[in-house]
Amino acid sequence: MKRWLPLVFFFVLVGFFAKGLFLNPREVPSPFIGKAAPLFSLPVVGDAQKAFSPTDMKGQVWMLNVWAPWCVSCKVEHKLLMALAESRTAPPIVGLNWKDKTREAEQLLVRTGNPYVAVPDDLSGRVGIDWGVTGTPETYVIDREGIVRLKHVGPIDMDIWQTKFVPKLKELGA
Amino acid sequence: MIPEIGTFALILSLLLAITQAVLPLVGAQRGNLTWMAVARPAAFGQFTFTLIAYLCLVYAFLTNDFTVINVASNSYSNLPAFYRITATWGSHEGSLLFWSLILAVWTIAVAIFSRTLPEDMVARVLGVMGLISVGFLSLLLITSSPFLRQFPGPVEGSDLNPLLQDWGMIIHPPMLYMGYVGFAVAFSFAVAALLSGRLDAAWARWSRPWATVAWAFLTLGVVLGSWWAYRELGWGGWWFWDPVENASFMPWLAGTALIHSLAVAEKRGAFKAWTVLLALMTFSLSLLGTFLVRSGVLSSVHAFAVDPQRGAYILGFMMLVVGGSLALFAWRAPRMIAGGAFTWFSRESMLLANNVVLVASVAAVLLGTLYPLFIDALGMGKLSVGPPYFNAVFVPLITPALFLMGVGPLMRWKGDSVPDVLKRLKWALGVAMATGLLLPLTLEGYKPWAVLGLGLSSWIALTVVIAFRERAKTVGQLSNLPRAFWGMHMAHLGLAIGVAGITMVSNYQQEVDVRMNVGDQAQIAGHTLTFMGTENYSGPNYEGTRGTVVVSKDGTEQFRLYPAKRVYNRSGSVMTEAAVRPSLSSDLYVSLGEPLNTELTTWAVRLYYKPFINWLWIGALFMVVGGFLAASDRRYRIGAKARAPAGPAAQGA
Repeated sequence: MKRWLPLVFFFVLVGFFAKGLFLNPREVPSPFIGKAAPLFSLPVVGDAQKAFSPTDMKGQVWMLNVWAPWCVSCKVEHKLLMALAESRTAPPIVGLNWKDKTREAEQLLVRTGNPYVAVPDDLSGRVGIDWGVTGTPETYVIDREGIVRLKHVGPIDMDIWQTKFVPKLKELGA
Repeated sequence: MIPEIGTFALILSLLLAITQAVLPLVGAQRGNLTWMAVARPAAFGQFTFTLIAYLCLVYAFLTNDFTVINVASNSYSNLPAFYRITATWGSHEGSLLFWSLILAVWTIAVAIFSRTLPEDMVARVLGVMGLISVGFLSLLLITSSPFLRQFPGPVEGSDLNPLLQDWGMIIHPPMLYMGYVGFAVAFSFAVAALLSGRLDAAWARWSRPWATVAWAFLTLGVVLGSWWAYRELGWGGWWFWDPVENASFMPWLAGTALIHSLAVAEKRGAFKAWTVLLALMTFSLSLLGTFLVRSGVLSSVHAFAVDPQRGAYILGFMMLVVGGSLALFAWRAPRMIAGGAFTWFSRESMLLANNVVLVASVAAVLLGTLYPLFIDALGMGKLSVGPPYFNAVFVPLITPALFLMGVGPLMRWKGDSVPDVLKRLKWALGVAMATGLLLPLTLEGYKPWAVLGLGLSSWIALTVVIAFRERAKTVGQLSNLPRAFWGMHMAHLGLAIGVAGITMVSNYQQEVDVRMNVGDQAQIAGHTLTFMGTENYSGPNYEGTRGTVVVSKDGTEQFRLYPAKRVYNRSGSVMTEAAVRPSLSSDLYVSLGEPLNTELTTWAVRLYYKPFINWLWIGALFMVVGGFLAASDRRYRIGAKARAPAGPAAQGA
């Protein structure tokens, strides 16, 4: 019996690995869930005279999508965001342009389409720190009272949208 | 056109790998010599086509062919040419191809250096290596081809991850892979022995030099990774217990146990089942490392693209290879006859203790690495396991092993007498204890960990001296000692040097975070550092800001350091280029933080004083050289030839 132990031990490990494949280790419960969205005021990409602040969105459910022109998985997610924005099935999306040192966001949005109602420009990444951003893309759902209700780390695909976002948005009455 | 040739060459390579796996394995089982003879030519063919495929990828990178997706996402036309070559293994797809290439290199090495082995053994070993190759080549072709195209291709690539643009990264992965994949040879020998049921001293003798060489490469790879992290990450750390570091450390620990237990299996015929299990375990841990890095199961600074499909494929492959070999082990284990007897106080028992400690360390590191996954998978929350756990568990485990390392090599096989050994070692024990107790008095602060570390380090070094004195009465006799003897003691001395370095740097390093204006001074470890301001400079694919720091001692200028920050043009990512002044007794390490005003005259600067950190790298080099020396001992070259004909004849086929 003893000689089968290594094999048994290995299969227990495999079981955990198989489960682990469908978990996202980067998905960390955000301490901001249920708390007021951190405030900021940033210039908007394309019009440096205008500023955006979360208070502008008060009274409606909205989403903050953290992205950057240099981020490859954001490009994948961009297609879904475009589809959502065009079909009007999603609440307004604000695109926080995070650490765009090469200043490409404006051109990129003109070229590939702009799913956002506003694109605040977080060049230094300070606002990202306030919101606890760990990487791009990340998406937050904020309710009518300005409370953060949901955080998703990594690109959103149709599956995640349907299972994670749609029920939450329904619950919030968006 | 060239990338398509690459894909085609990969397909041919896969077909040859299947041939190399199936015909010789079946042939060996049936005693069909013609089928067995296929193994060598198939191995050479497989190597040729994998090399062609790899060169096609290199060509695509060198010519900036951005229609190849892998090139577009990992290269850039202004990337210097040698980084474009190293970028071939900078991505998931490319590194898998590189893995396959190195496996092919090891395979032909076995094919060439196995002329003296029985034909059925060679056929089985090459057959098992062929099976492993089938797994990796099909993974490449099915889920991770580096030759996929996109039309139209982008005008410009998105550049190689700037962290990888360092020359430490040029040599770290090849050495690490040589180590990981090298253990595939020991694995294949073990599986071949299980298949044939012939687990004897000859088997241990054949696989021992392969395991030792793989271990030496892995040592080099792990330590180059550590050295790279020290220089490139900009905060002076050299080991973080990150999951991916652990993934390379676990096979190293298991491999260390393996090369020691192979010694017992070869010399005394004992520990055979255990040695086989270690050979299976070492390579399984290498595969586990690959799985952990590729699948995104654990979060790590090293993680490649997260893709469950690839992860599932590697997991399936691992189940076949590891599960299959462990099942074979369980089935064949009763056939293994226990070897020579020994008493509790013998070289065997010391090596057994060494193995127990090393395997316990593997278990501790494995538990710490996978614990976050276990908790997450059981739905019990999210957590991370950090250095405090690993240090608390690893140090007490490894301490007795370091002590026994001094005793073991001086003891006789089978049994030795306690008073006799004590007599031979008593002055070493006395001097080591005195060194441990007194040496820290000369340092800043008397710390118990320093007493322990320095005591153990000098203990090992002194016992090495005793070993040489007992074997060679005159200096002239030193050159007559076998290379295996030299190799073992060099490696042990290397560990002693490394332990001294680790002890010194962990207990006596100094760190200062300062805000520096042009002309400001800061003090660290008796040095005065004056910040002279910054200037801009340009690299091929980045813009940089370089600071000048004048280091003086007692009022006279000693040298200047140039810590820098780089912004890479393509990705916009910012890299810290620390300036390090190395010396045998300490490193002075300066890294530039963030600018604190818009005129860029005030900066956050980090200063580190790292005593004896270079002993760590030097010690590791001793271990590497020791490994190669031991593997080149003449008894593996001549002994094998003399003994091999007797092997199969005695077995009666």
